[in-house]
Amino acid sequence: MPGQQGEPIIRVRGLVNRFGAETVHDGLDLDVFRGEVLGVVGGSGSGKSVLLRTIVGLNRAIAGDVEVFGSRILTINDNDQREIEKHWGVLFQDGALFSSLTVAQNIEVPLKEYYDMPLRLMDEIAAFKVGIVGLPEGTGEKYPSQLSGGMRKRAGLARALALDPEIVFLDEPTAGLDPIAAGEFDILIRDLRSSLGLTVFMVTHDLDSLFAICDRVAVLVDKKLRIGTLEQLLQDDHPWIHSYFHGPRGRAALRSETGQLGKEKMRAAASV
Amino acid sequence: MASVAATLVESEESGALVFAAAGEWLVATAAEIDRRLHAIQMPSGKRVTLDLAGIDRLDTAGAWLLLRTEHDLTERGNAVEMRNLQPSFEPLIDQVRAAGLIAPARHPRPAHHTIAGFIARIGEISLALIARAYSILGFFGVVSATALRLARHPRRLNMTAIVAQMEQTGVNALPIVSLLTFLIGVVIAYQGSDYLRFYGLESYTVQLTAVSILRELGVLLTAIILAGRSGSAFTAQIGTMRVNEEIDAMRTIGLDPVEVLVLPRLFGLMLTLPMLTLCANFMGILGGGLMAWAKLGIGIPEFLNHLSTIAPWSYWIGMIKSPFFAMIIALIGCYEGFQVARSAESVGRLTTLSVVEAIFLVIVTDAGFSIFFSALRI
Repeated sequence: MPGQQGEPIIRVRGLVNRFGAETVHDGLDLDVFRGEVLGVVGGSGSGKSVLLRTIVGLNRAIAGDVEVFGSRILTINDNDQREIEKHWGVLFQDGALFSSLTVAQNIEVPLKEYYDMPLRLMDEIAAFKVGIVGLPEGTGEKYPSQLSGGMRKRAGLARALALDPEIVFLDEPTAGLDPIAAGEFDILIRDLRSSLGLTVFMVTHDLDSLFAICDRVAVLVDKKLRIGTLEQLLQDDHPWIHSYFHGPRGRAALRSETGQLGKEKMRAAASV
Repeated sequence: MASVAATLVESEESGALVFAAAGEWLVATAAEIDRRLHAIQMPSGKRVTLDLAGIDRLDTAGAWLLLRTEHDLTERGNAVEMRNLQPSFEPLIDQVRAAGLIAPARHPRPAHHTIAGFIARIGEISLALIARAYSILGFFGVVSATALRLARHPRRLNMTAIVAQMEQTGVNALPIVSLLTFLIGVVIAYQGSDYLRFYGLESYTVQLTAVSILRELGVLLTAIILAGRSGSAFTAQIGTMRVNEEIDAMRTIGLDPVEVLVLPRLFGLMLTLPMLTLCANFMGILGGGLMAWAKLGIGIPEFLNHLSTIAPWSYWIGMIKSPFFAMIIALIGCYEGFQVARSAESVGRLTTLSVVEAIFLVIVTDAGFSIFFSALRI
């Protein structure tokens, strides 16, 4: 289970992001430990996706330090960046599948880029990745435009998992899915985490996801992160955090969470 | 990263075949393991044990290779047993097993390059072309009907949108159109005078330049520039709106996309292209005149004298053709925009197609006009 001990796998210190006159992050700190599922929440426009993009090197921060696997992302050279990219997978909001390739070919792109594999083996790997993320047989031959939103997300996850990464970054994985599909996606992430030992960095709006699978939650308020377990955050009296967890939807999610994890959390929250 | 390479050792113990797998069974080593697995002579009808005690690291690719081996052995009638797997890898194996054996996806294949395939392709393209022509004609009908309906309620016509279109397609295209036709005028006069001098007719350079520009080149160049500049923009704009479901949103609000999007572009371009053609004609003749003056010393009075000998119809022919060309460009541009499916890729494809189609149809129409005018002897 998640260990908070040891070196963090992602380490962010004093991060500052600014777009024009608007400061999004101001001295933000974050540690993500190996094997944990971290949920990042915050209001719309609070800079959750910017944080994700900064950590994976798509966005240059104004100031601060970002380390992934001990390498500084902001000053990394191209070779080291490639080496790191082998060990992480990113799922973008709408899957970001390459529209001119089939799902199977999408999954094969990272394999082709990094490993010299026979084509047949790549086809086989792509096929079972399609199975692992719960897509029906035959999806591999389809083009992204032929898939529904939920299937595109699963296909995007299959591509993110193509290289068996150590970290996966998920940008709102359950947004736009129906509750059943969202629940299945949560279970999928939890299963993959436990079988592959994944570290998951998940930006989400979905309270149910938070309660179901996150070990710790980071809330982006006032341009900084407040990080803690759900129990700790449920006690937080910051107005935004309070209304987030104790608003009608937060209460509903807390009540309806019947999984083992949720019950424990609820009990813990009640006992504090 | 120093890796302990994956190994696979075959041995025999008490009537059972044992494959001992060891090392790192990871995606990074998968190609190598796969090669070795294929090199093994697979037994059949035996008891086979897969000893997994030596596996230090395992990921889904490695797990899948193990399961595939198990599956292949079972298929050949062997009794297969996996043993000594580290307990920490069990969930992984279970998860990959649960995904099941899925047949690899077929890759899309290019059409067969056979003679029959080639002929079939010609047939397909021809049918598609006819269907397309029919569909464009239908679109033309819809636009005409909408325009007629609007003629009864002229106040519904959005003048602001038309003027905005005229600015974008006309005013902003003025510099490039002027420069290009000026240069073409210069080139025709320069090249033409050489040939005409051969027959001692170099004083006709002005007529040659002016007639070519006025009848054909001025309007054609302008139309081609606008097809590339504005026709493509129409397709991209309307296509992007299709991708964003903006067109559907319009319909639900009760706005007619043809009235709101197509008519302003159509009318705007039909007003703009004649004006641009006029300007292009002027600049082309100016370029030719400057060249005639520089090379042949033809001064202004003589130049005007030459121009006055041109048949008066010639001044009008380009202008008469221009609104028809404008109509083709605007209709094709908008039509292709509406053909966009819900993917960004199709925006690009159809934008290219709209430019090619528009230029093609403009030139075909121009040829038609040329026959028409010669029949009228003007």
